[in-house]
Amino acid sequence: MSAQQPNQTITQRLANPTRFMALSATLLPWLWGAAAILIAYGLFLAFFRAPPDYQQGETVKIMFIHVPSAWLAMGGYLLIAISSFGLLVFRHPLADVSAKAAAPLGATFTALALITGSLWGKPMWGTYWVWDARLTSVLILFFLYLGLMALRSSIEEETLAAKLTAILALVGVTILPIIKFSVDWWNTLHQPASVVRLGGAAIHPSILVPLLVMAAGFTVLFVAMHMKAMRNEIMRRRIKAMTMAEIERQSMAAPVSAPASASVSGKAT
Amino acid sequence: MSLGPHAAFIWISYLATALAVGVLLAWLFWDGRRHERRLADLEARGARRRSPGKTISPD
Repeated sequence: MSAQQPNQTITQRLANPTRFMALSATLLPWLWGAAAILIAYGLFLAFFRAPPDYQQGETVKIMFIHVPSAWLAMGGYLLIAISSFGLLVFRHPLADVSAKAAAPLGATFTALALITGSLWGKPMWGTYWVWDARLTSVLILFFLYLGLMALRSSIEEETLAAKLTAILALVGVTILPIIKFSVDWWNTLHQPASVVRLGGAAIHPSILVPLLVMAAGFTVLFVAMHMKAMRNEIMRRRIKAMTMAEIERQSMAAPVSAPASASVSGKAT
Repeated sequence: MSLGPHAAFIWISYLATALAVGVLLAWLFWDGRRHERRLADLEARGARRRSPGKTISPD
């Protein structure tokens, strides 16, 4: 089974961690570069080209980081849910690596969505926080991220931790449609959808274009960070496997070998 | 470039984002370098990922 099967899908081909490490090493410099260029261009558009909003004035500039952060907060969780599905149903070797790597990234962008939203809310609504459906559901999403990380770190057996975390992630995915449609289902202080909605975006192109450029930059940055985090996790698992194998080798060698022949792998650590 | 009466809110938002992303990137690169060094060290000592008792299936 050493030869690559001709009709493998891309996820099957990437199931090999060694192949993933090689591919990601090639892709990462391009992704970092693309993210830097897009975000730099987005910031230029945001600060030097986008006009102040007729109602919100210059505070509309907070939208250029708030909205991409909010999208990535939800996108990150969707990625975890898809990865969890891949782990539980297909037992994809990289699925759990992907889910674990995405959690701290998603949690960070969710925190950023909450912080920047709060800083936008104060001058616009007169308050940093209100318990309306959109804000509360995003806060629950943040707690879900924390819960996933806490659950995983509380279980020592990694296979069990992966499965339980995946189940929680799939149960928690119900929060995503609640966040998305909260502004339609309930009366909220938060404004309704103005970019992704039926009938097209309700934002003038002079503000929409910088927003989309920043969103593209943030998304590429997220992809690059996720890939880097996956590489780190694969290396961590390899280190753990090598350390365990070395300990096992040393414990097998110890009872039978005389002290003078104990040169299995240099010094015992 | 004047950001109006709410400039502080705008600057704090951007600074918080830059700080969070910066910390995340620093952690990712620090963690990656730490693992690379540890892996290189283990490989230099001849460590393998499988214990000697386990054989690899030929297929």
